[in-house]
Amino acid sequence: MSSATAPEAVRPEATPSAKPSTTGSSRRSEGRLWSAGSVGLALLMAVPVLVILGFVLVPAGDSWRHLAATVLPGYVANSLLLMLGVALGTLIGGVGTAWLTSMCQFPGRGLLEWALLLPMAMPAYIIAYTYTGMLDYAGPLQTALRALTGWGYGDYWMPEVRSLAGAAVMLSLVLYPYVYLLTRAAFLGQSICVLDVSRTLGSGPWQSFYRVALPLARPAIVAGLSLALMETLADYGTVKYFGVQTFTTGIFRTWYGLGDTAGAAQLSALLLGLVIVLVALEKGSRRHARYHHTSQRHQAIRRHRLHGWRAALALTFCALPVLLGFLIPAGQLGIWALTVAEEAYDARFLRLTLNSLGLAAAAALLALGLALLLGYAKRLHPSPAVLASVRLAGLGYALPGTVIAIGVIIPFAWLDNSIDAWMRATFGVSTGLLLSGTLAALLFAYLVRFLAVSLQTVEAGLGKIRPSTDDAARALGLRPAGVLWRVHVPLLRGTLLTAALLVFVDVLKELPATLILRPFNFNTLAVRAFELASDERLADSAPAALMIVGAGLIPVILLSRSITSSRHVQTP
Amino acid sequence: MRSKSKIFAVLALLAALLPAAGAFADEVNIYSSRKEALIKPLLDRFTEQTGIAVNLVTGKDGALLQRLKSEGMNSPADLLITADAGNLYRAKAAGVTQPFVSEALTASIPETYRDPEGHWVGLTLRARPILYAKDRVDQKTLSTYEALADPAFKGRICIRSSDNIYNQSLVASLIAADGLEATETWAKGLVANLARPPKGGDRDQIKAAAAGECDLAVANTYYLAGMLKSQDPAERAAAEAVAVFWPNQDGRGTHVNISGAAVTASAKHKEAAVALVEFLATPEAQAWYAEANGEYPVGEGVALSPTLAGWGPFKADDLNLGRLGELNAEAVRLMDRAGWR
Repeated sequence: MSSATAPEAVRPEATPSAKPSTTGSSRRSEGRLWSAGSVGLALLMAVPVLVILGFVLVPAGDSWRHLAATVLPGYVANSLLLMLGVALGTLIGGVGTAWLTSMCQFPGRGLLEWALLLPMAMPAYIIAYTYTGMLDYAGPLQTALRALTGWGYGDYWMPEVRSLAGAAVMLSLVLYPYVYLLTRAAFLGQSICVLDVSRTLGSGPWQSFYRVALPLARPAIVAGLSLALMETLADYGTVKYFGVQTFTTGIFRTWYGLGDTAGAAQLSALLLGLVIVLVALEKGSRRHARYHHTSQRHQAIRRHRLHGWRAALALTFCALPVLLGFLIPAGQLGIWALTVAEEAYDARFLRLTLNSLGLAAAAALLALGLALLLGYAKRLHPSPAVLASVRLAGLGYALPGTVIAIGVIIPFAWLDNSIDAWMRATFGVSTGLLLSGTLAALLFAYLVRFLAVSLQTVEAGLGKIRPSTDDAARALGLRPAGVLWRVHVPLLRGTLLTAALLVFVDVLKELPATLILRPFNFNTLAVRAFELASDERLADSAPAALMIVGAGLIPVILLSRSITSSRHVQTP
Repeated sequence: MRSKSKIFAVLALLAALLPAAGAFADEVNIYSSRKEALIKPLLDRFTEQTGIAVNLVTGKDGALLQRLKSEGMNSPADLLITADAGNLYRAKAAGVTQPFVSEALTASIPETYRDPEGHWVGLTLRARPILYAKDRVDQKTLSTYEALADPAFKGRICIRSSDNIYNQSLVASLIAADGLEATETWAKGLVANLARPPKGGDRDQIKAAAAGECDLAVANTYYLAGMLKSQDPAERAAAEAVAVFWPNQDGRGTHVNISGAAVTASAKHKEAAVALVEFLATPEAQAWYAEANGEYPVGEGVALSPTLAGWGPFKADDLNLGRLGELNAEAVRLMDRAGWR
């Protein structure tokens, strides 16, 4: 991962001419090149989304009318409720823990600071399977309870895991780390002087949290929340298993059940429309506020020491997400994995692990590079074309992976078949399918799906660098690429690592696009875990699931180190 | 440039991890919606016996079909394997399959389980009977699927979501037998009798019946067979608490689906593909299916595993399974109207 960020590595290609030129005209043309290049790249990333949007023009059957008359209103209501639940869960869990671990001192804080990220390594559908296996009516907990008390069905009340509320809890448990991670980085990056000033002006600790720290961290909180909500909208595995019918259910029901591909794509387009509206609302409400720091003074945070019941409360509040989102489900997976250990671990299992890690690493590097280019292009030339195309490129995150995969299959196969037809006509040779069914197509799909993650992170980081820094660097003769490479990249090292690691963990967990786009005989841990779990063989799926979690742990730990150590990097 | 070359190095490394698909002159490429664990051992045995390499991608039906359609005549796939008849019908309707003739298959597979125009054949039977809690249900009170809508079963039935293809096929078979209107009335009655909103898979319905949440569950038999073999004692106990009832024995028979295979229109190894299908229909392969997967053999004269034999013989619905595919969308709409989640 460090290879991509080594300063000397990219400079030759980023600055085409050997010597930095300082003439105005060449600067302008370089600026235009940046804009055009980034618009082109962003549009390339947007191709699958555009393909799906393009289905709006295809006449679909009457599935629409049928759905609208029967089930669609219920699906939409469920989706909105689920989003509301996840928003509440991730905000309370994410912002609360971020504030406590960065501003307060209590026993166990140092451990929890990084442990709070652990649930991020847990795929949502796996935590859903695991909790159901444990808590369902026929599961060990309730069975033991009945055996102990002699109660039968209906004699006692137990919350139902497989419900809308259950799905909101499951998704919140694995998605709150996005909010935690970005918010915490924002709190740590805030000049403590600002908080000190607010305190000298008479605010209490809570007031300075609500009136200064929280508003200042808003871009980061919103970035984290929008990732969590987009992930919620795209989720299919969890809601399907829980029998909660959301908008995504409608998409797949139209496609698989009614056999209406165009209708399903149109529903996906509608989903995207919803996301676009949400994003626009947020942007509009923020208007011209700017969030970068103007002070150069930074002091180490003096954490407020908590005692007695306050310390106990803080500890409980921060330990609970780790316990529920990681320790308990991982423990259950561990128990299941032990029961099948002798069959599960062999040479093929190692291969699965290597496949997963290799794909995740490649996708993370590529997504990081793209996010840097696009994020910086936005900063350099926030023209409508650049802004719109970058926004479009980030939309893939809100679409279910299978829909993205279809958006990749169609244009890739078309391109391959066109090249093949042309080569046949011109040279009499058939090239067959060049890209379809290769890892390149799969990596492209990952980029489309997860670019938003790296982009949000990089943009949030860039937003904190004062524009005057750019001006100074330019005045000293650096070209735009030079500013990016020699000023921003070093300043953002922690942010960049965060962006890459987030994508890495996401790709490790990704299932639907991998399932449909992978080459022959190519499996990953997620595919293995899913195939067995969806065949209702939970114990057999546990070793692969546990390995996904295990492999995700290393980057997660790196992540937490990077946010603690990047505290001072963001100001020159 | 170094970073770029490193990225390429990573990609090259990934590529090297791939087994060289296409390295063998004689091979079969499969797109399969059957899970790898359920067919791979048989494919390996086929390679051992014939030297023909088998390359496999598994995935979901709709997505695999879209991949086949988009790739067109350049698609590398020779064979499409699915876990139900409806998707074979859909692939045929999309024009991505081709007819194939094999005397061995015609001889060993009954007509009901073959496409009339020879585009696909069934390889295993998957029966979907009624399972009942032994301690609470007198099997004399059970008769047909139709009777499940009877108010006598109010609050006593568990069945999974209508998103599931097995339920869609079951309802399609009811439409074929009883007509649209009667089936819609039936579906409403069934929904009114459910013990809980549909959720989870077939095993979950069996567990719920065993635990007392409901008395009857509708589930495919191989899930029950899988639970009986489970390493988890609780799962075995749940499976032992229920028994199989074969509905509609005095009429058309119990609803069955198939897992099956179709040769793709783009097949570049058609002969090898047909040879593989023939292999999968041999008594040896059929016996493995029955033993390892708990599915019923599609051909006659294959010895059943003790578990399957223990559930007794039954009469299967002899509807041509292509009809299930034709009626699938109709079935989904009907279930939507009936409020079957």
